[in-house]
Amino acid sequence: MNKHLLGDTAVLLGRSLRHIARSPDTIITTAIMPIAFLLLFVYVFGGAIETGSGSYVNYLLPGILVITIASGISYTAFRLFLDMQGGIVERFQSMPIARSSVLWAHVLTSLVANLISLAVVVGVALVVGFRTGAGVLGWLAVAGILVLLTLALTWLAVLPGLTAKSVDGASGFAYPLVFLPFVSSAFVPTESMPGPVRAFAEHQPVTAIVDAIRDLFAGQPVGADIWIALAWCVGILVVAYVLAVVTYRRRVA
Amino acid sequence: MTLTQRQPSMLPVMSIPQTAGQAEAPAIRVRNLEKSFKQLPVLRGVHLDVARGSILALLGSNGAGKTTLVKILATLLRADAGTARVNGFDVAGQAGQVRESISLTGQFAAVDEILTGRENLVLVARLRHLADPGAIADDLLRRFSLTEAANRRVATYSGGMRRRLDIAMSLIGSPPVIFLDEPTTGLDPQARIEVWQAVRELAGGGTTVLLTTQHLDEAEQLADRIAILHQGRIIVDGTPDELKRLLPAPEVEYVEKQPSLEDVFLALVGTETEKADR
Repeated sequence: MNKHLLGDTAVLLGRSLRHIARSPDTIITTAIMPIAFLLLFVYVFGGAIETGSGSYVNYLLPGILVITIASGISYTAFRLFLDMQGGIVERFQSMPIARSSVLWAHVLTSLVANLISLAVVVGVALVVGFRTGAGVLGWLAVAGILVLLTLALTWLAVLPGLTAKSVDGASGFAYPLVFLPFVSSAFVPTESMPGPVRAFAEHQPVTAIVDAIRDLFAGQPVGADIWIALAWCVGILVVAYVLAVVTYRRRVA
Repeated sequence: MTLTQRQPSMLPVMSIPQTAGQAEAPAIRVRNLEKSFKQLPVLRGVHLDVARGSILALLGSNGAGKTTLVKILATLLRADAGTARVNGFDVAGQAGQVRESISLTGQFAAVDEILTGRENLVLVARLRHLADPGAIADDLLRRFSLTEAANRRVATYSGGMRRRLDIAMSLIGSPPVIFLDEPTTGLDPQARIEVWQAVRELAGGGTTVLLTTQHLDEAEQLADRIAILHQGRIIVDGTPDELKRLLPAPEVEYVEKQPSLEDVFLALVGTETEKADR
């Protein structure tokens, strides 16, 4: 490994964070859609959804957090795409810097931006009645899962950022990710779904992640869900990371 | 037809640090370089030497392979065959040392639009691991008449200012070899003259410059030597005078000198570039 990896990543991270600080609208637009879903489901659809005991906003929030991350990472693809187009990546690559620092800076920027968006969404949820009995450990576990999921999806977002031919292609890939929670236990319990849909919903990563976070917030024992959730996050992270690094090497020689 | 006779450079030759121990070796040495994209051969056996401290203009029409050659020399692309050494280092085997020795200014100004001009310079100085990036940035801002625009976002800069900033970024760390890929494409005549001035200063400081261009007058203005890349090969390599002698001696004619439109334009808008940029 290059001895400058940490230092170069820090310098480039500073650059990307400046980008975010100068266009805070990217964080706001990231948070607006999940907040809209949150309000829509709590105040419009929620009354008709039967989730058992407890308030619906408590049931809903974990899925909204997943949607927040899914919409946030599209900006990573967007920013990376602009860097590739603008020739600044070529400039960096012709300089004596640690080569992977360019990608790491974008990934860590995504982590910072998403954590801010998540905090905003949780703040709104608290205002509309979200309550949790989770202690410090519970919150840390939730944060850990969300950080892992953000890293996994961000490395996934690096792929379109590197390979897209247009801005729309770079950021459009996130739409399926945003809608994946709708076919999961995020909004309604899977028991109400017809056979094949239910089978898909119960075996896709969002359900395991959402159920684990929900149990952690409720202060209940999490059971196997948290391990399935972690396995999905780590699995996606490893595969996406390897693909991203291979694609990057191919793109920039 | 190869022209190998060297014309003594008029530029002061300074000692250049960080060489690989071959003081007399050219700054850039290319042998038999080949590169194809899929089935399409772009470079078909390129030979080229660039002497230390000189400016070489690489001429060629669109698609002649100029950018491909520059990218291989800047370690951004791998050649299929042949060798290339920059500052004594092999571009394939010693890419790290080559990157320490070079700086690339690509065809499109590779500047960060959201950052200010000063922040762009500081960013590059940090990435080159230099001490006191702020002082380096301030010095370059002065040299390139960008001091007043230093704290403005680059998005508000004119094309000429962007190019100047781009070239200033390339000078950070004083790399002994600089590649300029079509440095004046898309610039107005005034900005072009500013860039030419910057390039001359560079070579005056002992830096080796390889620039690509489609404009013959640009090559004539700047270059110690001109190489013409055509269909993947260097077909001529010589000084501007040597190249001119390839054609039969001109007959002497007396023509009333008319100012060109460019002369008129420059006379009318004046040379106060700093004022015009604002």
